[in-house]
Amino acid sequence: MAEQYMNDPMQEVFIFETSQQLEQMEQSVIKTEALGSYPSDTINEIFRIMHTIKSSAAMMLINNMSVVAHTTEDMFYFMREEKPELIDVSTLSDLVFEGIDFMKMELQKIKNGAEADGNPETLIEKIKEHLKILKENNNLTNSQAVNNEPVAEKYYISSNKAAKISEPKTYQVILQFEADCGMENIRAFTVVHNLKEITDSFKSIPEDVINDPDCVETIKRDGFILQIDTPKSKDKLEAFFHTMAFIDQIEIVELDKTMEIQEEICGLLSEDTIIVPQPKESLRACVTNKEAPVSSGSQSQSMISVSVEKLDKLMNLVGEMVISEAMVTQNPDIKGLVLDNFSKSARQLKKITNELQDMVMSIRMVPLGPTFFKMNRIVRDISKKLEKEINLEILGEETEVDKNIIEQIGDPLMHIVRNSADHGIETAETRVRQGKPRAGTITLEAKNAGGEVVIIIRDDGKGLSRDGILEKALENGLVGDEAANMTDTEVFNLIFLPGFSTKEAVTEFSGRGVGMDVVAKNIEAVGGNILVESVEGQGTTITLKIPLTLAIIEGMNIRVGETCYTLPIMAIKESFIPKAQEVFRDTDQNEMIMIRGQCYPIMRLKEHYKVKTGATEIEDGILIMLEGETKTTCLFADELLGEQQVVVKTLPKYIQRMKKIDGLAGCTLLGDGNISLILDVNGLIAQKRLKN
Amino acid sequence: MAEEFDEFDELELAEDDETEEGKYLTFNLDNEAYGLEIIYVTEIIGIQKITEVPELPEYVKGIMSLRGQIIPVVDVRLRFGKPDREYDERTCVIVVEISDITVGLIVDGVAEVVAIPEEEIVAHPDLDETDSRQFVRGIGKVGTAVKLILDCQKLLEDDEMENHNQEV
Repeated sequence: MAEQYMNDPMQEVFIFETSQQLEQMEQSVIKTEALGSYPSDTINEIFRIMHTIKSSAAMMLINNMSVVAHTTEDMFYFMREEKPELIDVSTLSDLVFEGIDFMKMELQKIKNGAEADGNPETLIEKIKEHLKILKENNNLTNSQAVNNEPVAEKYYISSNKAAKISEPKTYQVILQFEADCGMENIRAFTVVHNLKEITDSFKSIPEDVINDPDCVETIKRDGFILQIDTPKSKDKLEAFFHTMAFIDQIEIVELDKTMEIQEEICGLLSEDTIIVPQPKESLRACVTNKEAPVSSGSQSQSMISVSVEKLDKLMNLVGEMVISEAMVTQNPDIKGLVLDNFSKSARQLKKITNELQDMVMSIRMVPLGPTFFKMNRIVRDISKKLEKEINLEILGEETEVDKNIIEQIGDPLMHIVRNSADHGIETAETRVRQGKPRAGTITLEAKNAGGEVVIIIRDDGKGLSRDGILEKALENGLVGDEAANMTDTEVFNLIFLPGFSTKEAVTEFSGRGVGMDVVAKNIEAVGGNILVESVEGQGTTITLKIPLTLAIIEGMNIRVGETCYTLPIMAIKESFIPKAQEVFRDTDQNEMIMIRGQCYPIMRLKEHYKVKTGATEIEDGILIMLEGETKTTCLFADELLGEQQVVVKTLPKYIQRMKKIDGLAGCTLLGDGNISLILDVNGLIAQKRLKN
Repeated sequence: MAEEFDEFDELELAEDDETEEGKYLTFNLDNEAYGLEIIYVTEIIGIQKITEVPELPEYVKGIMSLRGQIIPVVDVRLRFGKPDREYDERTCVIVVEISDITVGLIVDGVAEVVAIPEEEIVAHPDLDETDSRQFVRGIGKVGTAVKLILDCQKLLEDDEMENHNQEV
């Protein structure tokens, strides 16, 4: 059985759950820190989470995590029982965070297939020390509140009761798990595993929870039934089951009735507890689990977790299906035929495929919330270290973005927030002197805007200094004489250039000179862009525009010779058929065109990519005006083929490895089975400039 | 016990030998016959519409769709520095897969699958360094005929010299 602890699904669940719980704990500690005290809710929550992690880590044989969780649990056990009044919230939070960080690190190691080998000794010493101080400060050194369930030790039995109930009794216990906890068999297995610590003689129905495939259903329906021989009292047993996670209801019935035990249960229940046939209602009134709503028990779970890999595959398949649908309905064999019934069915098919596509896209959408909430911790750490007062305000955290994009923007976002907290917000004294509120505010806001998500990071700090940036840029040779004529926006955008960092001092949090250019690069990599606005003395606003998804774009197909290209519709401003006399060349033979008093360069895709076929006379083709980030260019192509949603595919590895082709973002399959190359407008324009 | 296992392993290996090792897919270009280890070959399809991809060496003809999967296609003639030739109904694309990379190889036509034991393959006489020779791993004898055994890995490796020349 021991091998089964270590197999992958178990580990996966362990990592997933533990990291979620740590995340949850981190958030509540941050919240309480803001409150300045530890409400009993939070203490209970932390205690429970630590307890769960302790047991599950022990079960996974990860001892260092288990020990850290255990020590932390001890501390919170003390706080829960004794309710000390003098708590050093900030030090305590620091300790808890340290513990969380330690466990996160170990989780990461396990995830990477390494051993969880971090040494918890110092951390444990620190926590114990703190607990001691806590006790001393509150004159509770003699407290009897010792956590009564240490790791792998005998269950605690108070001496006065132990005498009374020394004879083994048989209990029947029915456990109902929380309706949506999932993986009931593993929960049950955990129960069995923990139960082994207190008694050896017990039976369970179903018997083999791990290998019996039907047991999940059985447990869901009937609960997990245990028959236990133990000398312990009923309420001790109940308390024992209470410490375990995901248990909704506990029903304990003693099979050999003894009056003594009954007296110990609350009087309200004593009448109907013993009657076995109707146990469902019995202990409910006494067993209050405030987390779980009283549920019918048979209710099936409403959430499942799916691996992203499967979703990616599904996404690809749906993409293929959209294409195949077009292949069938636009088949050249049926062109021009009047097929009423066929068209009707085809329309129906199209409707369903579109719905399916929307649905798959929506599955992949995840709210930005968790990413945003992570910033709480960063802001907290920085404000503490640098002795600044910073509030983080989060708005629109429910805004959803494609999973892949979330992964890509986490780091840049962290960098920007760090920068704001580190460089932007001034110290409290400086702020007061300038007539600003003592505490600085960083606002993190997300909202939907058309096909994009806009993320705004705003701070009310000192803002960017135009002169400071220019000086630095000149020093690093990033700008030349044109500096004086640059607009503020242009100047501010200099901070995104590689090798630019306004802060001389390298701090722990930011300022290694690799900052903002990496941010800009990451954002551009997902097809987004970044904008900075600032008023000196009043603050800085950084706006990120991120596409909702990478996988499907609205595209315009164009033809050059025999090759088909796709342009993202967002980049197209207009298209028109030019007249020969409007086009002229400068002395370097660069072609350009005058439209409504504005002069635009012309880029011939045919020449640029050396396509052998295609129109050469400007009047035979069409000009498409493309708006890039920095510049607008007219692209010359043979004709427009039409608008289509295309599924973006990367170019084959073989070609990627060979060469990075500038101006190509990928490729896609068209309805007729042909392949179209997706153009990257910014890359194309940048390359054009480079050639000049 | 351990001995039994060893024997079993050998048995399995022997079986593998019989099915794949030592078998070659042969194809012709002009007058020469070439052999490609069959384990790398996923399938053989007729020539299909190829989409040109710009800025690549001439021998990379472009990309094509293989049931929704987009794969690059390399013209083996051009890769070996032979003159271009019109594609006809005998032209084939051999789809090979090596270490996760799938590539289509355009050849004039495939011939057959033959078994060439390793002892029948002689080393390539390292005479002069012309382009086509670097891909030949050895020369296999099948009766009186000879097959040039290709090194698939090398065939897919991009040639840095060539890249360099193009950039210049």
